[in-house]
Amino acid sequence: MSSWLLLILLAAVALWLVGAYNGLVSLKNQTLNAFKQIDVQLKRRHDLIPNLVNAVKGAMDFERSTLEAVIQARNQAVQVNPSGPGGVKRISQAENALSSALQRLMVVVEQYPQLKATSNVGQLQEELTSTENRIAFARQLYNDTATQYNTRQQQFPTSLVAGLARVQPADLWEITDQGERAVPQVDLSLKPKA
Amino acid sequence: MTDEPSLTLFQQQEANRRRTTLLVVGFVLFFAWLGFGGDFIYWLATAHEPPAAQHTVWWFGMAATALGALLAWYAYSAGPEKVLWATGAEEVLEPATDQQRQLVNVVEEMAIAAGVPRPRIWIVPDPDPNAFATGVDPSHAHVAVTQGLLDLCSRDELQAVIGHELGHVKNLDVRLMTTLAALVGAVLLMRDGATRIFFSRGSGRIAGGGGGGSGGGRGGRKNLGPLVAVLLVVWIVSWILAPIISQLLALAVSRKREYLADAMGAQFTRNPLALASALHKIEAADAPTTHIKQGAAHLCIADPLGRRLTSHEGFLADLLATHPPMAKRITILRGMGYAALKKEGGSVA
Repeated sequence: MSSWLLLILLAAVALWLVGAYNGLVSLKNQTLNAFKQIDVQLKRRHDLIPNLVNAVKGAMDFERSTLEAVIQARNQAVQVNPSGPGGVKRISQAENALSSALQRLMVVVEQYPQLKATSNVGQLQEELTSTENRIAFARQLYNDTATQYNTRQQQFPTSLVAGLARVQPADLWEITDQGERAVPQVDLSLKPKA
Repeated sequence: MTDEPSLTLFQQQEANRRRTTLLVVGFVLFFAWLGFGGDFIYWLATAHEPPAAQHTVWWFGMAATALGALLAWYAYSAGPEKVLWATGAEEVLEPATDQQRQLVNVVEEMAIAAGVPRPRIWIVPDPDPNAFATGVDPSHAHVAVTQGLLDLCSRDELQAVIGHELGHVKNLDVRLMTTLAALVGAVLLMRDGATRIFFSRGSGRIAGGGGGGSGGGRGGRKNLGPLVAVLLVVWIVSWILAPIISQLLALAVSRKREYLADAMGAQFTRNPLALASALHKIEAADAPTTHIKQGAAHLCIADPLGRRLTSHEGFLADLLATHPPMAKRITILRGMGYAALKKEGGSVA
């Protein structure tokens, strides 16, 4: 009789082990996939920038330094080696630098209405807005997934299986640039009608 | 509303799968009842007849069950297409204008935020702002917005609305709601067809069934026991009630979901205030969305019929409105938005 109980207990433990292990592996793959998504969107941004720069170059001779900062930041971001330890950190630093350079450029473009009026620049601006949003959302999805993955690894009793599954906490994509952190996304039209 | 948002996404998806199965099975069972009930009444009525004239082969039941199963299968597999077709939506394949280009971009952004494949995008040529999502699962999903929504909303607001719709897609609300829409449509069609057949030719057949076989019609009807009479009444009543029940089901299923999808949309955009402002604009443009009929009303972000009940709370509204009161949704979203702003140390004003 007691041997039956023991067998049932063992089977339950084995089932839980399999479930916890598979859960961790599934979360790990989701995290990896979410990271790939950021990569796809970063690539899109890298391809878009030369077009944008070409479109505004002629009309913006006097803002040469802003343009050059964008080109330089872009070229640095393309060259980052994503593999190895701290890869996420290196990419995020380079991309954040590019983000702030682009933001400065867009502010400058806003100051020249006649530049925006050419439909080409208007379209490129929409594409750039969309790309920046895609990167932000891909980053958000990655951070959410990675946080879930890290939490699962550290929580008892799944933490016991974590060693067995050889999982490592995933790096979060942090915003290091102070400028980017300071920009609040508040749409003034959203104020409650008083 | 109280318990559902606390369910995990996985539980929500499971619940929606289960409810869709229940709905389809219930639908087929209901058709079986309509058919076999008729057979049973017919059989009771002919039980005193000689064996040759008795109704022993249950044709009605088999035919009705087969019809129910066929309809349910059709509703499940062709539901999304039919819903889109019924609203006159046109798919955006190659964005033709800047506005459409922006819509495509926004949908792609939100698909990334939600972690689902990009759904197919449709525009309903209607000046009233509204939007809905349909589909069987996230890989085969459709998002449709009206032209009015595109004209009225800012980029952030459009993004918030699409986020709300992708919330419906991700937790599989679309599967349940689309199947329901298609089944409601089927039942409404059946009602129109059945009332015509049933009350002109069909009722004569059943009333005459009591004695039709023997030729002694009057004598046969006297033999009908009270059981048969009761059954007959219940059976006829369920024919009449079917469309009403299916409508009530559509209402009950959609209200709680709107709060949840609002919350998911806000989670994707991290910008609940944009959704609040979009809902405010949609509410202010009070004209009914003429392209979206009653059958698909429960799919939309806001009640397309512009019914006054939607703006109230209480028992009657709970029973009869497809959507929760807009003011309450906006209040909840503003609460989320201000809480987030406060946490970041920014000020609202």
